[in-house]
Amino acid sequence: MIVNWYRYSSPISFYPLAGRLARVFGVLAVVFTLAGLYIGLIVAPTDATQGDAYRIIFLHVPTAWMAMFIYLVMAFWSALALGFNTRLSAMMAQALAPTGALMAALALWSGAFWGRPTWGTYWAWDARMTSTLILLFLYLGIIALRNAIDDPRRADRACALLALVGAVNVPIIYFSVQWWNTLHQGSSISLTAAPKMAMTMLEGLLVMTAGVWSYCIAVTLARVRAIIVERERGAGWVASLIAPQGAR
Amino acid sequence: MKARYRRFAWIGLGLAAVGIAVALVLSAFRSNLVFFFTPSQVVAHEVPQSRPFRVGGLVEAGSLTREPNSLTVRFRVTDTAKTIPVTYTGLLPDLFKEGKGVVAQGRMGPDGAFHATEVLAKHDENYMPPEARSAIEQAQKGPETMPSLHEARAR
Repeated sequence: MIVNWYRYSSPISFYPLAGRLARVFGVLAVVFTLAGLYIGLIVAPTDATQGDAYRIIFLHVPTAWMAMFIYLVMAFWSALALGFNTRLSAMMAQALAPTGALMAALALWSGAFWGRPTWGTYWAWDARMTSTLILLFLYLGIIALRNAIDDPRRADRACALLALVGAVNVPIIYFSVQWWNTLHQGSSISLTAAPKMAMTMLEGLLVMTAGVWSYCIAVTLARVRAIIVERERGAGWVASLIAPQGAR
Repeated sequence: MKARYRRFAWIGLGLAAVGIAVALVLSAFRSNLVFFFTPSQVVAHEVPQSRPFRVGGLVEAGSLTREPNSLTVRFRVTDTAKTIPVTYTGLLPDLFKEGKGVVAQGRMGPDGAFHATEVLAKHDENYMPPEARSAIEQAQKGPETMPSLHEARAR
């Protein structure tokens, strides 16, 4: 089957597709999150050293992964927006920023509440935590920069540049625990080695990760639809879409 | 060359330049980015003399003593090469255990011991139920019947 992907680079054909996908991923998010919480909070065994406090991992790790990954996706769309000068790529980058900020904030917040019972402190200025805090500030800075510039096309370019420059922070976060002495422990899960956690715990973590992925996709697509309507309101098809007796 | 290829080339060049700049800055500040120093670095006087610093390592097995009727504890932190004694008055975190990781903040006292003002437990990346850990401990005691570590974790 040959799909003409370029068709979907135009807002008019992407808008209905995004609506359908948002509904599908919204349902998936609920299913995966409920299943993940059930495995994580009820099925998974207690950890030998940390007790039940370790269960924060089921929120912490998926959101931390997502915070880093969304930034890379946002930088990717920003590069396309700068290079091809396409509107929809910039809108995708714009739609991703608030969700990325939420994920970074959740990762930091859940990490603080894990750190208190295990390490003995909510916060330490080690490389992993500091670089994740910088990630949150980058997201907030991109959102603020967009709101500070009135012309959306100029805001697109400014935000794309900031997003691309900030992308160097993501590998720093990821490898910080290998490059420097940190309070934060190394990765329990990697693509190259056997996972350093029990199988049920890993299952719960992966199902929760699928849930968080689905949530982020659904929310971002719903948001990009709103952005399309807002920014393309001059176009005929949007005008007919938002007319009171709309011809849907 | 099409205009958009030129733009992508500039984006790539810009990213590479920023990446190299950040890599140079990070390598220049390398010694300031460590969260803690190892006991070997303390013994070799590679630590700041005038300000407090953190020392990290394993709590040496059998080294933990508590002074009666006070919250003062003494233990030794080791990186398996060098060991330094630590004294601390206060509550220890729940995960503080002999043989486990620890990070203590403070400064060297005139008695040659590290006087800590804060002690944090450093957790490792292993997550396992209690049965799996006792299986691993059993395995380490009797190497002739050792099941694979992965098998024990998966249980």
